[in-house]
Amino acid sequence: MQQLIEFFSFTNPNIRWVVLGVVLIGASSAVIGTFAYLRKRALVGDAVSHAILPGICLAFLFSGVKNPLVLLLGATFTGGLSLLAIDYITQQSKIKSDAAIALVLSVFYGVGILLLTAIQNSGNAEQSGLDKFLFGKAAALVFEDVVVFGGFSVVLLGVVWAFFPAFRLISFDMDFARSAGYPVRFLSFLLALLTVVAVAIGMQAVGVVLMSALLITPAAAARYWTHHLRMMLIISAGLGAFSGIMGAFISYTMPQMPTGPWIVAVLSLLAILSVLFGSKKGVLARYFQQKRNQSKILQENILKCFYHLGEFDNSLSASRSILDLQKKRYMPDNQLLKGIKKLLAQGLIQKNGQAYQLTDHGIREGARITKIHRLWEIFLTKHLHLADDHVHEDAEAIEHLITPELEKELEAHLNYPDTDPHQSPIPY
Amino acid sequence: MDAFWIILTGALVASCCALLGCFLVLRKMTMVGDAISHAVLPGIVIAYLLAQSRASITLLIGAAVFGVLITLLIETLHKQGKMQLDAAIGLSFTLLFAIGVILISSFTGQVDLDQDCVLYGEIAYIPLDLGWRAIPRQVWVLGILLMSIVLFIQIGYRGLFITTFDETFAASLGISTLFWHYALMSAVSFTTVLSFESVGAILVVAFLVGPASVAYLLTDKLPQMLILAVLAGILASIGGYFLAVAINGSIAGAMASVIGIEFGLVLGIKKIRRLTSKAPQSVFGG
Repeated sequence: MQQLIEFFSFTNPNIRWVVLGVVLIGASSAVIGTFAYLRKRALVGDAVSHAILPGICLAFLFSGVKNPLVLLLGATFTGGLSLLAIDYITQQSKIKSDAAIALVLSVFYGVGILLLTAIQNSGNAEQSGLDKFLFGKAAALVFEDVVVFGGFSVVLLGVVWAFFPAFRLISFDMDFARSAGYPVRFLSFLLALLTVVAVAIGMQAVGVVLMSALLITPAAAARYWTHHLRMMLIISAGLGAFSGIMGAFISYTMPQMPTGPWIVAVLSLLAILSVLFGSKKGVLARYFQQKRNQSKILQENILKCFYHLGEFDNSLSASRSILDLQKKRYMPDNQLLKGIKKLLAQGLIQKNGQAYQLTDHGIREGARITKIHRLWEIFLTKHLHLADDHVHEDAEAIEHLITPELEKELEAHLNYPDTDPHQSPIPY
Repeated sequence: MDAFWIILTGALVASCCALLGCFLVLRKMTMVGDAISHAVLPGIVIAYLLAQSRASITLLIGAAVFGVLITLLIETLHKQGKMQLDAAIGLSFTLLFAIGVILISSFTGQVDLDQDCVLYGEIAYIPLDLGWRAIPRQVWVLGILLMSIVLFIQIGYRGLFITTFDETFAASLGISTLFWHYALMSAVSFTTVLSFESVGAILVVAFLVGPASVAYLLTDKLPQMLILAVLAGILASIGGYFLAVAINGSIAGAMASVIGIEFGLVLGIKKIRRLTSKAPQSVFGG
């Protein structure tokens, strides 16, 4: 508890820098990762993050210092090289992209390990701490690091903000962007460059091996909460920042714990929760949506049943028993009663002794569904040249899906016909 | 003598991985191999903790459990959770790898494993751990693994071959695609975990994908590809050893680097030959 207060009051300047660092790093990688995710290039990020290791070692070998700016430069160089290598291999040989990614990833990493161990064995005193790049050193971020990496994060976010409309377009529809005259090649290159830079600063927090999680996982989780890119960026940035803080906090309370893996563990946990409970695409949300749809279809079918019976004996508001309805269209007792209960509650039908009758509102609704059904049958016979006896099944499904806008369009398009292909009148 | 054992160990790892890697490359499933190689880490740590030994059989069980677990996790996220496949792979293996590292950090002292070993293996120490008849234990283990894999491919060749190239045809012959998929994935899990001690969790990917890709550039026929892949793998382990000695670095890392050099050379030579073999032509056919 005391540690909790100590940590979250941010009175200790070290903690302040660490938290600021992980928040900026987590948020900026998440934002860049969202575009990588949407462009289905999530695993390329993985390759880049492994490919950064030799760059760091080379930068150290040439400069002899552990200046974060120099190392970042080296990292960006080999990270970019790995992207070029993947593109070159997939374009110039029959190697498929998955193998190209795996090959580039592991070979660059192997070269990195070779260089790193060679540096470690060389007895250079300056090298200690270089291996921190493997698993990150979020808990040891100091003021100087935060200035450099935080600065780059801000630049990254700024570039994304400036190019937002263009990035949005190439993430969803490359061909359209190209035909609309956007410089697609330049924009793709820019996004790739931003990815490399994001990886190069992100691995400060979690290390090269787990860096791809910082890119992919927040975006994958955010996707379950929203259908809008802007919102998705905000949510994924929030998740990245939050996990960063939690990881830093855990390794603060338990110093032997590595920060990077904990950030990834927290992040993954949030992602799995999002998969289950996400409000837009989550497993539960989809389950309830399905239930709602089933219930809506059932209710509309019952209303249609009332309406058809009414059409048959020319009294739309006559009372019908459960049995009458089931004779018209068989529905199991429990389902039928459930649907009737819902319709009663909405005032679409009313109870009349043991039987039920349509209210005025219910008649209008029944007419609307019947109308859509019959209009659709006409549409299919007229425009898709389907036989009269083939169109009922299809109309049965579509009648529950047509929106009011489509309904209007359908009416106007068919010029308000009087009867459907089976000579049943169309109620307007 | 040490050099001989180290090169032999490397060659055995490379051969096992190269053989299975050919199928992964042809099935476009190398990233799943990558994911499995990361995911077996928690399995290995838990097996260490429970059995308090490096006995290969407990490790195999631990790895097999997690190898299957990650395939299931990816499938579940992708199918039930509607996550796009690349993200599902990325999320699953980073999570399991992170759990593995956390377990290692929590039980330092109780687990005879450290982060370095996870990252690049301890092939240099292989000759110190002698087994029966003064031959290193790892050489025995990997030798038996290699024979099992050769046997597996020999017996299952028809099934593996047909399900790799034509799933519909396989189904029409009554060959189960799913069975061979999981058989191959289990073989990859076993190989990953047994190679782990020598080359670590990540470099094993280089051995799985690299030699097979080099061979794939050189031939279109599966039997030739298998043989060439093994040769490329053995060559890399020999070259890698001397490279590592020359610059005093990690042997496994050097072997992976040589695989990259091999691939680059083959790709470059093919490119040059294509350029020179093309006689200058006019666009107008004259």
